[in-house]
Amino acid sequence: MNTNNQTKAIYTILAWTISGLIFFPILWTAITSFKTEAEAISSSPSLFMFEWTLENYSDVLARSPYFEHFWNSIVISVGSSLVGLLIAIPAAWSMAFVQTKRTKNLLMWMLSTKMLPPVGVLIPIYLLFRDTGLLDTKLGLVIVMTLINLPIMVWMLYTYFKEIPHEILEAARMDGASIKDEIFHVLLPIALPGIASTMLLNVILAWNEAFWTLILTAANAAPLTAFIASYSSPEGLFYAKLSAASVMAIVPILILGWFSQKQLVRGLSFGAVK
Amino acid sequence: MGSITLKQVTKSFGDVNVIKPLDLQIRDGEFIVFVGPSGCGKSTLLRMIAGLEDTTSGTIEIGGQDATHMPPAKRGLAMVFQSYALYPHMSVRNNIAFPLKRAKVEPEVIEEKITTAAKMLNLTDYLDRKPGQLSGGQRQRVAIGRAIVRQPSAFLFDEPLSNLDASLRVNMRLEISELHKSLNTTMIYVTHDQVEAMTMADRIAVFNGGVIEQVGTPLELYQKPVNRFVAGFIGSPKMNFIDVQPSAGDATHCIGVRPEHLQVTQDNGLWTGKVGVIEHLGSETFLHVHVENTGTLTVKTDGECPLKYGDVINLTAPQNKILRFDKAGNTITTDTADKPAISSAS
Amino acid sequence: MATTHSRTLAKLMLLPSVSLLLIWMIVPLCMTLYFSFLDYNLLMPGDNAFIGLMNYEFFLTDPAFIESFFNTLLLVLGVLFITIGGGIGLAILLDQAIWGRNYVRIMVLAPFFVMPTVSALVWKNMFMNPVNGLFAHFAEFIGVTPVDFFAEMPLLSIIIIVSWQWLPFAALILLTAIQSLDREQLEAAELDGAGPFSKFIYIVVPHLSRAVTAVILIETIFLLSIFAEILVTTSGGPGYASTNITYLIYTQSLLQFDVGGGSAGGIVAVIIANIVAIFLMRLIGKNLEG
Repeated sequence: MNTNNQTKAIYTILAWTISGLIFFPILWTAITSFKTEAEAISSSPSLFMFEWTLENYSDVLARSPYFEHFWNSIVISVGSSLVGLLIAIPAAWSMAFVQTKRTKNLLMWMLSTKMLPPVGVLIPIYLLFRDTGLLDTKLGLVIVMTLINLPIMVWMLYTYFKEIPHEILEAARMDGASIKDEIFHVLLPIALPGIASTMLLNVILAWNEAFWTLILTAANAAPLTAFIASYSSPEGLFYAKLSAASVMAIVPILILGWFSQKQLVRGLSFGAVK
Repeated sequence: MGSITLKQVTKSFGDVNVIKPLDLQIRDGEFIVFVGPSGCGKSTLLRMIAGLEDTTSGTIEIGGQDATHMPPAKRGLAMVFQSYALYPHMSVRNNIAFPLKRAKVEPEVIEEKITTAAKMLNLTDYLDRKPGQLSGGQRQRVAIGRAIVRQPSAFLFDEPLSNLDASLRVNMRLEISELHKSLNTTMIYVTHDQVEAMTMADRIAVFNGGVIEQVGTPLELYQKPVNRFVAGFIGSPKMNFIDVQPSAGDATHCIGVRPEHLQVTQDNGLWTGKVGVIEHLGSETFLHVHVENTGTLTVKTDGECPLKYGDVINLTAPQNKILRFDKAGNTITTDTADKPAISSAS
Repeated sequence: MATTHSRTLAKLMLLPSVSLLLIWMIVPLCMTLYFSFLDYNLLMPGDNAFIGLMNYEFFLTDPAFIESFFNTLLLVLGVLFITIGGGIGLAILLDQAIWGRNYVRIMVLAPFFVMPTVSALVWKNMFMNPVNGLFAHFAEFIGVTPVDFFAEMPLLSIIIIVSWQWLPFAALILLTAIQSLDREQLEAAELDGAGPFSKFIYIVVPHLSRAVTAVILIETIFLLSIFAEILVTTSGGPGYASTNITYLIYTQSLLQFDVGGGSAGGIVAVIIANIVAIFLMRLIGKNLEG
């Protein structure tokens, strides 16, 4: 028992130290966001012993339309996830329950579209968006996010649906359920956890996406990724304000992510790890 | 009406013919069992009757009506699946109510039917539980409950007992038989277990390689199997087969003797062999006897058997209990008297 | 295993996904391919003459391309190496019986949810800044000269930032894989006389190969297109020292407005990604199905 507890203590200390180091940049950002600018660049930085202030937050809010960017992020990430689900659920249903010889190849093909580097289509998309007035609009970004995340959604839903025994859907058919009944009364309720985690993962991916959001937006549709990028210089040298803005950009998704970490593992690994 | 008629029904997946042209008449109220080894097409045929698989050609009539192309929901059949296929997110009550709700039955009638079914199946105390909280046997009962409330014209069972442990299987077997007696509805029951087939069926259809080898009552199949396959499939332990040299005027290529028809004799019998493994079951004993040039014969004998490993014994069998098969494996059905007696010289 | 009716329905339900993805892939890709043969610059309105393979010639012989190609390679491999190595270590550590495992896991996972622009800016300014950064303060404290990270080792600095973002992902996936390892297998190995080392080599590692494959696949997809981290830290510099292919094409297309050259670069990037993809698909085909 004693040696057991000793090893446990050693492992505990080791694990807390390493994870503390990994987490430190976030903690440090959070702490700095409550410091004055002078305190933030002090050469003898302090963890807690300083005068706590909220003025960075009020400065950031006063200086830039934070809530507008926040709202853009919400619309883009949630919107693209919902539209994506709408398109992906029927496809995943087909692949999981009406398998053909081509299903595997089709899935592989869909996944391979994820491998298409965004720069390969950067110019046409930029020009098309410019010419159709989609540049710097939320709609434009919802379209792009939906399409780039669609393969992941289909794949994730497929792995969840595949775990539902065929027989349950067949039983529903025998019990007199129409296709609509089958999907709404049987499939969707059973698959709800899977659908929820698919949705969640995509909200996170879209929230943090930082290629298209930076390139296709300017003032109107810029989500939080672009809002933060505007701090690259010279405002980045104002550590306290940068920290406050950063905290406001990451906290919603951090909480959402922690909240759902269990479900995320499967989705993130395309079902390779359960 | 629960009569089901299959006329020249076939099924193929691509180039593979899973069901070869097949005719079968299932009478109203009959308990018919489809039995056969795995991959013989029995489950596929059941699913075709259910409407879960397309029929490649031929017709399926249910209650005298052509149902070949009807969707499953319109056929008025109920099915109990091997995995029970309960809706995991619904309580037992809602599972049973599901088909009734789909049929837009009045809520009071649904409630009444659930109560009756629950009482009949001993599920009254579990109505508000989820399937995940039930034992295997209880889940099976819920699946049956869900099937009976719709009052289908026929029940389809797809290996419903194979996920249960042995003792529960015996109980459920009795319950299903009991259910058939009280409902008097047509039941089609698919299994690979010949004991289930023998104990439950009014008639048995033995499947092999996409064709029905024989249809008949359990006793018919036991006593008069049409070929070597049926003879070997029905009966436990399995029938002993002994190859023989065909002679002029006798096409017999192989003879079959059931273990229970082999007798141990003092004086010279048909075969002489050495006793191998002895399995004592209490009520009976199985001897595995090694006969030179013939192979191992299984003998079923009394519970109290004085023989030991290595004893040399003689075996015999009544001539009228010995089946003869021709080169193709079909049973030779001339009267016993016409056939030359089987002798030890074989 | 289904009826004609449901097969027809299934095709219908696949249609939106398949056609959308097909359009999304084919149309812009064809346009990129077309542009790549033109002398097309947004700043110089002209007749956009057809110039054959000139754009490719320029792009491929540009020393910047060679440099950024190797930068891309270093970036992907460096991050994969750090995250998988560190991930396995962390996963094994977190698999031990420790107090407060849930809190530890939450802390380890956190960087994954931080958006790339935030993590890059926080690292760049608050940690790696040669004057006011925490590392500089620390260096002064122990009496050494602070390092100017982004001037002296720009690519390595970016690799560090990106690795910090992806380490949690690798660790979490690998931890879950370790936890799904059949304990009876380990016990059986122990009965067969296997020590901790051989247990690790013969049982844990093969078991993890599937998860490692998944990690490599997913990280590679994202790492090939690293962009924001470079944009907000070094802007590819100094010179091209921290430019990867994605960033190079971005500067050519949208900063120099050279549509033709950028398109040629885009097509080259697609070809490179395809080579990687074929390699990876082989890998998953083998490992994910088993």
